[in-house]
Amino acid sequence: MTTNVQTSRVMPSEAVHGTAPTESVRDAFLDALVSARASQPAVVLPALLRLRQDAAARLEAMSLPTVRDEDWRFANLKPLREITFTPAPAPAEVSEAALAPYALTEADTSRLVFVNGQYASALSTVSAAHAGLTVVSFKDAGAHAEILERHLGRLAGQDVFTTLNGALVTDGALIVVPRGKAFEAPVHLVFVGQAGETPLAVSPRVLVLAEAESALTLVEDYVTLGDGVVFTNAITEVVVAEDARVNHIRLQRESLSAFHVGRTVAELAHTATYHQDAVTLGGRFTRFEPVILQAAEGVDGTLNGLIFIGEGQFADTHSTIDHAKPMGKSTQVQKTILAGNARGVFNGKILVRKGAAATNSSQQSRNLLLSEKAKIDTKPQLEIFADDVRCAHGATVGQLDPDEVFYLMSRGLGQQEARNLLTYAFAAEVIDRIPLASLRDALRTRVFAAVPSAE
Amino acid sequence: MAKGDIILEVRDLTASVAGVEILKGISLTVRAGEIHAIMGPNGSGKSTFSKVLAGHPDYEVTGGSITFMGQNLLEMEAEDRAKAGLFLAFQYPIEIPGVSNASFLRLAYNSVAETRGWDELDPLEFDDFIREKIQVVEMDPAFLERSVNEGFSGGEKKRNEILQMAVLQPSLGVLDEIDSGLDIDALRIVSQGVNQISNDNNAMVMVTHYQRLLDYITPDFVHVVSDGQIIKTGGKELALELERRGYDWVREEFERRTVTA
Repeated sequence: MTTNVQTSRVMPSEAVHGTAPTESVRDAFLDALVSARASQPAVVLPALLRLRQDAAARLEAMSLPTVRDEDWRFANLKPLREITFTPAPAPAEVSEAALAPYALTEADTSRLVFVNGQYASALSTVSAAHAGLTVVSFKDAGAHAEILERHLGRLAGQDVFTTLNGALVTDGALIVVPRGKAFEAPVHLVFVGQAGETPLAVSPRVLVLAEAESALTLVEDYVTLGDGVVFTNAITEVVVAEDARVNHIRLQRESLSAFHVGRTVAELAHTATYHQDAVTLGGRFTRFEPVILQAAEGVDGTLNGLIFIGEGQFADTHSTIDHAKPMGKSTQVQKTILAGNARGVFNGKILVRKGAAATNSSQQSRNLLLSEKAKIDTKPQLEIFADDVRCAHGATVGQLDPDEVFYLMSRGLGQQEARNLLTYAFAAEVIDRIPLASLRDALRTRVFAAVPSAE
Repeated sequence: MAKGDIILEVRDLTASVAGVEILKGISLTVRAGEIHAIMGPNGSGKSTFSKVLAGHPDYEVTGGSITFMGQNLLEMEAEDRAKAGLFLAFQYPIEIPGVSNASFLRLAYNSVAETRGWDELDPLEFDDFIREKIQVVEMDPAFLERSVNEGFSGGEKKRNEILQMAVLQPSLGVLDEIDSGLDIDALRIVSQGVNQISNDNNAMVMVTHYQRLLDYITPDFVHVVSDGQIIKTGGKELALELERRGYDWVREEFERRTVTA
């Protein structure tokens, strides 16, 4: 009970919900996490407290999806369930050197690091080059309480993992781009998961508000350190106001023992532009759900994805582009490369609501299997309720073409070098559009290193 | 390699693809300084012959021998044939998105450099080298920065093949229908490129359907391939005769000869 007393002192309004519902949370996996909230770092920000309370209350009636749920048909959560996770307590010690491999030269003046969900100021830098731009942890966001009150949790939705994040989140990143300001240098958010012998659940959270006519490039980067098992459950909400532009790069390069569930929701106001490049390389189990919501006319949204995974890895992208207003444009290119016995899933939902006239949407799912044991399930899901719309979509599944390997070998390249180059070429359509040279180089190196030899 | 030395010696070569015999006994000797044209109707085995020379894994050599620069070519992987100085210009070059033409050409150059006794070139050194070479095919330097063959026209792809040959400086260039799909200007540029690369120390084997290529590149020998065999060999005038009379008479002449023998 000592713990509860401490908790009630720091979080007076939460104590009631923090202790009372533990007996009634229906799902054992969720119950174990929610009932351990008392061991989490203190939360004082009112908007965050309210989010946690509401989410914890709603979670009581929820349970993890199963393969009987259509949206989770291929994503079996049994391996996740079999592990008992604890919400991350106070952050682990992380050295600057341990993060060096993840540094991005273009973003070295604006980096926020979160360790196990908590802001690590000693590892973070925000320079004067970003004067006028707000990049802060929730803990330091007191001056922007009104923005958090208004937007935190507004877009993310109410599915079980989003709700679990809400119940467990203790900190996060707030980015506010003021009206009319364009920032060239990218902002780099690094979310480090580090567990010891006890598997840890980490609940990162990001809220971005790009005010009218502003521009921002954001890199959201998920990594793990050490040998422990980390379950990351991340939520990002992006509000893109009129004529604003957001380039959003999302990297998941966690360990091969990591579980990663992530959701990004971007809401686009009148003629706003949002461009996402999501790259999944790590994780034993990854479920990623990018969402674009069209709130006004004439928006331009892009969801590009690259997945490159191998033996023992599973990655599932379930995307939604919701065209609710006229003259919206959306483009989606998903490239998936599977080696070993890797398993990939892509479900791309394009919703064109009644009244979303003159929508122009295109979706491509391209899949490269580097092994006979690899498997992909890819499905476009077009739901069109408006007339005068253009929705193109296509899917391909293939292997490296022996004629193309031969072409490169006839130029003196070894077979492995040829396979590497062709695999890179397959991924290039996504990699080349990432607006950071250092990241393009890092991805190129990573792709080259991960191509297995011919079977 | 000096003029007249034997570069390629093919003896009674037979080869099949997916169990079907395509080459049925080809013999050919190519010496330094020579240009050979291989002509013949569709499906005669011309392109198969060029792919077998370059080491395509889909083609199984079932008999005969190929000696290239004194080495047993049939024991070498495609990459080692390239390093040893054999080059195949493809009828359908592939596109490689995301890899610039310049970096690919340098990669190819450096891949063969050690075997050839050249120094590897860094990007700056290679830039000087390549700017000279692109003049061979009158290529705009902008093409060096574009992805390999991506969005290139048919003619631009063929020019790029010849540029690769200029970079790799092979002892034997095998040109597989390098003239197909070219308009007259592109044909002239490609042919001039081949003529500039061709010298007393190397040799060319050109597979072609059409006499018009031979208006630009003068062969020393013209071979007619039919049903997997060379059924007639002549000088450049043979190509003109083929253009005028077609292939049937050569086949008939060959069959009469075979029956008599």
